[in-house]
Amino acid sequence: MDINRRAFLKTAGAGLIASAFPLSLVKLAFGADSPVQDFTFGYISDAHIQQIKGDKFVRNWDMGLIRAVREANLLTPRPDFFMFGGDLAQLGKKEELDHGLEIMSRLRGKVHYVTGEHDYYLDLGEYWKSKISPLYYSFDHKGVHFVVLSSILTYDNWIHKNWGDPMQRMLAMARLDNPDGSPFLVGEEQLTWLKKDLEKIAKAVPIVVFSHSPIQKIFKPWNFWTDDADAVQALLRPFEKVTVIYGHVHQIQYNQIGNISFHAVMATAWPWPYPESYTQLPNCLPKLTVPMNRADPFFERDATGWQFIDLSSGKTAMRYQLPDNTNRAVAYNTRTGRPEDLNYQEYQQRIPPQIHY
Amino acid sequence: MKATNRYLKGMLRTGVLAAVWGACVAIAAPVGLPPVPVPENNPMTPEKVKLGDKLFHDTRFSATGEVSCATCHDRAKGFADGLPVSEGINKLKGTRNAPTVINAAYLRTQFWDGREPTLESQSAQPFLNPVEMGLKDHEPILKIVRADREYVDLFKKAFGKGGDQITMVEVEQAIGAFERTLIGGDSPFDRYYFGGEKDAMSPAAIRGLNVFVNQGRCVSCHVIEQTQALFSDNRFHMIGVSANQMPRDLDELTAAVEDVKQKGTDIAVLTNPKTSSLGRYAVTRDLTDIGAFKTPTLRNVELTAPYMHDGSHKTLEEVVQFYNNGGRMNESDPLPELLSGGIRPLNLTEEQQADLVEFLKALTSPQFVQK
Repeated sequence: MDINRRAFLKTAGAGLIASAFPLSLVKLAFGADSPVQDFTFGYISDAHIQQIKGDKFVRNWDMGLIRAVREANLLTPRPDFFMFGGDLAQLGKKEELDHGLEIMSRLRGKVHYVTGEHDYYLDLGEYWKSKISPLYYSFDHKGVHFVVLSSILTYDNWIHKNWGDPMQRMLAMARLDNPDGSPFLVGEEQLTWLKKDLEKIAKAVPIVVFSHSPIQKIFKPWNFWTDDADAVQALLRPFEKVTVIYGHVHQIQYNQIGNISFHAVMATAWPWPYPESYTQLPNCLPKLTVPMNRADPFFERDATGWQFIDLSSGKTAMRYQLPDNTNRAVAYNTRTGRPEDLNYQEYQQRIPPQIHY
Repeated sequence: MKATNRYLKGMLRTGVLAAVWGACVAIAAPVGLPPVPVPENNPMTPEKVKLGDKLFHDTRFSATGEVSCATCHDRAKGFADGLPVSEGINKLKGTRNAPTVINAAYLRTQFWDGREPTLESQSAQPFLNPVEMGLKDHEPILKIVRADREYVDLFKKAFGKGGDQITMVEVEQAIGAFERTLIGGDSPFDRYYFGGEKDAMSPAAIRGLNVFVNQGRCVSCHVIEQTQALFSDNRFHMIGVSANQMPRDLDELTAAVEDVKQKGTDIAVLTNPKTSSLGRYAVTRDLTDIGAFKTPTLRNVELTAPYMHDGSHKTLEEVVQFYNNGGRMNESDPLPELLSGGIRPLNLTEEQQADLVEFLKALTSPQFVQK
């Protein structure tokens, strides 16, 4: 496909170019008939705050979240709100959640929270619910309907196995390539709630869904996967503009399934490699995903980051802030009908990843 | 002056000129250093070097007639000035520690924040900075060099030019050529590491080298390669120095950036410590670069105390302590929020720290030591 760069910039890109400083946002003018107002929000995710002992926490993960908060406070104009995309803690401990919240408290602005599996599987979300937020909820902002899902639930017979110590369950869910793991699930209760929640929303209203795991099936051994993703997608299908934003994968991914645009956000803690290049097992990584330059081990923040998101067209323009790397932007291209990277490369033109280790 | 001329003639005589290196012609250098890169449009000649040497030491190119390049880049002080931050005309203080000119020829960018790409373009800035040499423009310099008989003669010999043909381009080129002769290798470390002289360094310094390349992780930025060692990666890092000066919020950051926009980077960063603390960010406006400064070479570091871009550390012992605590003097000090990921506590013992200092003292080039 011959991508005409100018045309791409014109259709998708007016909101893409974040000026260098201050991080001002390019405002898109809306049609006078649009009820959606121009706004932006920030997104920080996957901090994985990890307690070593007592008041000692893993420094690297602390510094990642501290940096994101500090940088996000330098955004201007101020984003309307912030999202935290889940995995505030590493092993769901109160100490970890409290320490994470302490750092997050320095963020200027309202924060909505998404639960990650690392926050959940020690006490099944009890402390989270008492201290931070419900597991799933929705809110409206300037003409956009936002839905927060808890997509990291799983099957009851796994949850209530004879674990002995609940920490064993937490550790089992935290492990990649765990043959005794269990796939993520939104579950019947939430699906029923979601159906009801969406009933009252007009089909032209832009919908943005926040989940921790991708509401699409990418790679099961690492739980880049939600088992009932199809059921969630079916509920979202009638709407004209739908975006799903998820954490968990610690890398830039984007995809389009029917009317739904998918975007992943970066972790502040560490990057995951691309399952495609790492495992050589079958996977469904979206073809449009452009791998980023990978981390130089000296720069511990390289390949981590956070993002601010421009919703001015009712579709998302993701601006990835990547310390020690090149910032990236991914936005919906109205001409091709899918999200694309500003520095989009045709699949055939890419340098193939190294797949031997 | 004579010494450098002899040095250059020596280099020319031994036929070490003219290895082609990118767009540059290069001059070979002592053990431990790569050939000196020379821009194609400014070839080295003894006449030009002699002229540059004179320009470098001429105090008439300052508003008070008292300050020259050599005031802050003094041969007797390792081509630095021994002060925490430099003093220009009327004892006015800047915000930054004078970096040594020795081996500046190898750096890919000049100044602590890399705001100038070459020795030539760098050399024109201090004349006009109000806290350095304080001229309004470069005219007074040109007026002198076009009229002064000695300069007329030197420019004629170096460039074949006189009168209005002499511009700042020739002045900058002559200073740049002179600075390219200030090359310092041949240290005890070089003789030990590249020359194979096993007893060139003391046992403590040899242990210090081991700390430097292993547990101390110094070598990650202060690079040593197979055949040469510049002790710099030519990159910019936020290591925590003067972190308390950095803008605390958006308002302060906006004010500092406004300062840069209005006065220009060179004047803004040297006249206001808050603006200075932006570091590389003042040049790139990339958030990664807030508070990041260029990795300086460590060659001849024993001659150039105090240390860091703001001269805040008096001794090498203090510098090592600062790194050992992961970008702070004491373990109880708060961690700078935007600290570069490379800066982490090192858990070095007292002895390892002392050895590291001994190693740093083995990086001194004998020709720059005052006898």
